[in-house]
Amino acid sequence: MKSYLPARFKVERDETRCIMCLACVSQCSYETHYLDEEEGKVMSRDERCVNCHRCVVFCPTRAITIHKNPLEYRDNYNWRAENIEDVIRQAESGGMLLTGMGNDKPYRIYWDHMVLNASQVTNPSIDPLREPMELRTYIGAKPDRLEVDPAIQVVKTKLPPQVPIELPVMFSAMSYGAISLTACETLARAATEMGTLYNTGEGGLHRKLYKYGKNTIVQVASGRFGVHSEYLDAGAMVEIKIGQGAKPGIGGHLPGEKVSAEVSMTRMIPTGTDALSPAPQHDIYSIEDLSQLIFALKEATNYTKPVGVKIAAVHNAAAIASGMVRAGADYIVLDGIRGATGAAPKIIRDNVGIPIEVALAAVDTRLRQEGIRQRASVVIAGGIRNSGDVTKAIALGADAVYIGTAALVAMGCCVCQHCHTGKCPWGIATTDPRLQKRINPEIVSERLANLLRGWSHEIKDMLGGMGINAVESLRGNRLHLRAVGLTETEMKVLGVEQAGA
Amino acid sequence: MTMWQRLHNPYNDDKVIDACSIFGMMDTSGRRFTGVDVTKAIANMHDRGNGLGGGFAVYGIYPEHKEEYALHLMYLAPGAKEGVESFLESNFFLVHSEPIPTRKAEGIGAAPILWRYFVRVDHHKDSAFASEDDYVVDRVMKINTGIEGAFVFSSGKDMGAFKGVGYPEDVSNFYRLDEYRGYLWTAHGRFPTNTPGWWGGAHPFSILDWTVVHNGEISSYGINRRYLEMFGYHCTMQTDTEVVAYAVDLLVRRHGHPIEVVADILAPTLWSEIEREHPERQDYHRSLRQVYGSLLLNGPFTVIIAHQGEMIGLTDRIRLRPLTAATNGNMLYLSSEESAIRLISPELDRAWIPMGGEPIVGRLKAAPGARKLPEAASVSGN
Repeated sequence: MKSYLPARFKVERDETRCIMCLACVSQCSYETHYLDEEEGKVMSRDERCVNCHRCVVFCPTRAITIHKNPLEYRDNYNWRAENIEDVIRQAESGGMLLTGMGNDKPYRIYWDHMVLNASQVTNPSIDPLREPMELRTYIGAKPDRLEVDPAIQVVKTKLPPQVPIELPVMFSAMSYGAISLTACETLARAATEMGTLYNTGEGGLHRKLYKYGKNTIVQVASGRFGVHSEYLDAGAMVEIKIGQGAKPGIGGHLPGEKVSAEVSMTRMIPTGTDALSPAPQHDIYSIEDLSQLIFALKEATNYTKPVGVKIAAVHNAAAIASGMVRAGADYIVLDGIRGATGAAPKIIRDNVGIPIEVALAAVDTRLRQEGIRQRASVVIAGGIRNSGDVTKAIALGADAVYIGTAALVAMGCCVCQHCHTGKCPWGIATTDPRLQKRINPEIVSERLANLLRGWSHEIKDMLGGMGINAVESLRGNRLHLRAVGLTETEMKVLGVEQAGA
Repeated sequence: MTMWQRLHNPYNDDKVIDACSIFGMMDTSGRRFTGVDVTKAIANMHDRGNGLGGGFAVYGIYPEHKEEYALHLMYLAPGAKEGVESFLESNFFLVHSEPIPTRKAEGIGAAPILWRYFVRVDHHKDSAFASEDDYVVDRVMKINTGIEGAFVFSSGKDMGAFKGVGYPEDVSNFYRLDEYRGYLWTAHGRFPTNTPGWWGGAHPFSILDWTVVHNGEISSYGINRRYLEMFGYHCTMQTDTEVVAYAVDLLVRRHGHPIEVVADILAPTLWSEIEREHPERQDYHRSLRQVYGSLLLNGPFTVIIAHQGEMIGLTDRIRLRPLTAATNGNMLYLSSEESAIRLISPELDRAWIPMGGEPIVGRLKAAPGARKLPEAASVSGN
């Protein structure tokens, strides 16, 4: 069928700079660039370009620029280019439209409508260069009270398992299969270096990565890929995945082409077969079933590891979260509507779920109203871009945040939203053995560790400005937030006052 | 907005910010003495306040009513007194009531009606309350939030808080504190920055026989308050000081921790220091931070917390507000400035500046009356 789809981008090559080295040809996994031998020139097939910047970065003479295709449609507020082209694409394929990364629609980003406080006069700000500044956080359930033998100051209460992280930022679940083994190892190495955790996602744990177990969260999802006792023992925490912000209510699909021999071994499924994660966990049709799985996993790990539950942030998140905590989750994860994915139906990614800021505020408030906030750590995910977002999330009530996209961007990703093709030219969202070699975990993990190092400095500066020297004093401390440009209802849900009021 | 918010926090700020002078003195032998010296000492730090609040707490002043809760009330609205008295009649056994004696004093403006009641709980407590103390806390909160214009500003046994708008030395004169005798006195001169000052907003803040005088601003207030709300405390006054009082009440009375453990919760050891400790100490300090992290008091503060038989001085863990401690014989002094101590006791055995987060604890050597007190050294902390 002839495609009516126009090219999204135009590749512009400065011929006075091009030295015909063909780096762009070999770098582009979409085969956009080619050598036209008759013309003796390097040419581009614009319609293949996804604007991933791989060629731009690797062109030694900086000869390449990518533009949006200036091709216009007649102005129509309802029928914009994206709407028209989605219809064209579906008319040609007859299927669901797939996409990668997080929601790109202009839903309100509440982080950008909240501002932080700082000390002036009545309270000295604290200088993190000269004073201690503590970011360490323990993930795990806390008892309502502690029994201490007063005479000898020995704690009599046995605490549930607690896992420390040195800054309240962890790497979100990204499975081996969705991303490459080298990308997984990069996350593992950076997490180890920075004293935080990365998450296996639902793809099992490759043998090569067992040595990073202390900094690993092992996920148990509806497909149960690669879940066995050794796997559970390997991690520092176990996470039950109920849902994901990019695709609430549906399962996952790793196409057979991505199921290489190594992926097959790790996931415990035949090579080349589609890995289908069912939409629900078929042993969890209700909250009491969740409780059974939580305790089955606690039994399996002999009560030595926190067991958490991750859900997509949806309308009843507060009530659901309360149920999860009462069901015995040691930590809960809320993944908001901007949460990313390796592959999801575009229509789901763009239309289902709620923003993480409101979900977090509602959940933290509800757990406090019920007096059970301390019984579980609250971790959030879905669109965290920088340390400002992290700091605001802590103030709203999160113990820690997960980052996915930000971590991948540090590794080279340009958020081109083509993860689902498996051809990631940066070697991230691919299992192609040739492409995944583009990531050298030893070198790329340094970029990732640097990102966390930078954020850590920034969070400390913001804390010090607020006159706080330990992150627990900001957690849930919404008085340090103020709203700018929000409605009264939004401020009420967020539990944040108007700036200047 | 409730009447208290209108009075106490008229601009509806997050919380009421104030800085100040604080002072405490205790005779650990239990000898009772008048309020003359404590007044002189706090007056010496006159410039640390701005005349918008002064107050005192004194322990051992009502030996003749030792077993009864002494409720000090201020009435700011017509009808409040009648409302409280009928509430007290139906909720307590009322032993005695009288106006709180005052005299005309320079620097003290229009005062509310001030009255005190000595009450017993007896059969009034029902099974919903674990103890008489819980019952009294509940009833005090009911009066303070439910009866318009009435405010209980002291509710312990054999102790009392006295406070008002004015410089502390004038407040002392007004309440005739030179005529009372107690073995432990604390005092406060206030410098509020976001309230015109009202009588109930002065320190000490108290619940049962716990009193707190406080200098500083607690930047963790937002989460401290939200944590305490989970345990049923309502921070109606929106002050840091109230949070300290409730935190201590929760930790000591309800969770059963001694004051040294409380200090390790409010001003905890740094993680970097915990890592260098013996594994058992690590476990102790780590567990406290894990469980009670939301009660860490962050930001600059010095507090003097007192209850029957005990006085505790504590600063934030990096000591952003001043505290000097001193001893002389059986006397323990705590003060914002050493000069105030030297003024009333030029000769001292010892005067020192405690480390940040290190509690200075003074205890009665002999238990007064029926009260059980630990037989610890009279002054601990170094």
